[in-house]
Amino acid sequence: MNLSATSRTVLRVCLAAGFVFLYVPLALVLLNSFNADRAFGWPPSGLTAKWWATAADNAGAREAVLTSLKAGLGATAIALVLGTMIAFAVQRYSFFGRDAVSLLVVLPIALPGIVTGIALSNAFHLVLQPLGIGLGLFTVIVGHATFCVVTVYNNVLARLRRQGTLVEEASADLGADTFQTFRHVTFPLLRPALLAGGLLAFALSFDEIIVTTFTAGPGVTTLPIWIFNNLFRPNQAPVINVVAAVLVVLSIVPVHLAQRLSGEKTPKGH
Amino acid sequence: MLRRRAAALLHRRPGLRLGLLLSAPMVWLVVAYLGALAALFLSAFWSTDVFTGDLVHEFTLRNFEDVFTDPVYLTIALRSVGVAVLVTVLCLVIGFPMAFAMAKVVAPRWRPVLLIGVLMPLWAAYLVKAYAWRVMLAQGGVVDWALSPLGLEGPGYGLTATVIVLTYLWLPYMILPIYTGLERLPESLLDASGDLGAKAWTTFRRVVLPMTFPSVVAGTLFTFSLSLGDYITVKIVGGKSQLIGNVVYDNIGAANNLPFAAAVATLPVVVMLGYILAVRRTGALEEM
Repeated sequence: MNLSATSRTVLRVCLAAGFVFLYVPLALVLLNSFNADRAFGWPPSGLTAKWWATAADNAGAREAVLTSLKAGLGATAIALVLGTMIAFAVQRYSFFGRDAVSLLVVLPIALPGIVTGIALSNAFHLVLQPLGIGLGLFTVIVGHATFCVVTVYNNVLARLRRQGTLVEEASADLGADTFQTFRHVTFPLLRPALLAGGLLAFALSFDEIIVTTFTAGPGVTTLPIWIFNNLFRPNQAPVINVVAAVLVVLSIVPVHLAQRLSGEKTPKGH
Repeated sequence: MLRRRAAALLHRRPGLRLGLLLSAPMVWLVVAYLGALAALFLSAFWSTDVFTGDLVHEFTLRNFEDVFTDPVYLTIALRSVGVAVLVTVLCLVIGFPMAFAMAKVVAPRWRPVLLIGVLMPLWAAYLVKAYAWRVMLAQGGVVDWALSPLGLEGPGYGLTATVIVLTYLWLPYMILPIYTGLERLPESLLDASGDLGAKAWTTFRRVVLPMTFPSVVAGTLFTFSLSLGDYITVKIVGGKSQLIGNVVYDNIGAANNLPFAAAVATLPVVVMLGYILAVRRTGALEEM
């Protein structure tokens, strides 16, 4: 495309400005975690590391991180199994209602979170409570898994499309049965896609607040819920800021991992 | 032995294989998820007892009448759709040039770095980002401070702040699918268009846009849906303004009126389903 030098420059400026927009708030979170002023007045009156010490002592935050990890791992495990099964069914078979199935996978993430949240919460009350199962970590995992399936599904589907069925046919010709082929041929080939999809699913779950609000029992506080509960308490502001800063810094890890593990140039899904 | 026989059976019967593959996911998605949605919309036709707060299982259209005749709810519904459209347009206006510059203007070796640059804010928590804006938009905060040399003031908390923050939050969801779509677009096709005499703008309009349309639509599905259901950002930076998510939330929580909340929630669902069905044929759903 023969773009003029001017339009190239304009596009480069747009890109740079966009990145400034994306990163200024994150940089400020980091800077504010050292801001000596309790209310984060601007410009900072001085710098201090004491908020980091305060935050490290906060048992509530630590507890919440643990709950979030459990919920994320549970939801990711379910999403990996279900997402892979649907991807195989949709990619390898043609059947009546296949389009409806692929639409159904997207639906939980395409509908606003609050709708998914109250629908699940209502269903849990109707079905689980008579059985003696109250809202708790289990219901959070079920809720999260529902909208995490799509990330695994998209990754595995893209992978299956690219790799075709030739290697599996070769494996069968060499005498391997269905299970052996899956274990020794198909699964290793899928592994990068499963890791990428699983990582995205975990991230979605770790960050989710709306569905969590409606499906968590009284004792279950994930990190986003904990942050939200403390957000409007002036005393807690410095601690929140440190937790936020940690999350900003830690966000480099999964991005780096996903980039290396997936071996794909562009991420699919969410 | 048993395993061998199971394998042989599965090998001979593709229908059985398909059935097994679909069983668990369909139980989950159809029974649990669609079942839950159906139960929710059924309850929109019920009501709650004014005194006890218990559900009254009798068919009534009262909830929908209230939603569609009360000007307060109509205003909130229109405002929510307006905010979602505005956020989507802003994400598109900011995101498309960024994606285009990343995929077609900068040197290819920079692309992975820039891609990580777009992804990273996506992984920093939603609340962290909304909170960052709350601090920035506070009175005497960074925004006020940065605008003061120009003799201007920041928007403070309110609807404008909500639109800014939602645009900020969902921007990567717009950039990523568009970038993926543009990256797949062969350079040779654009050169061919140029060789045939098309100016840059013509190539953009007649080649780039039609071929990346599904990706653009996928991006708008994210930004639109995520904005339409949001009530947290509104609570954090929205000041007194309310969106449809807040009405649903308040009726579930404080008012304990599930039927009314369900009736209100049908609105975003109908809007989203309409949008999804309208764009299904473009292939946008596979770009998500």
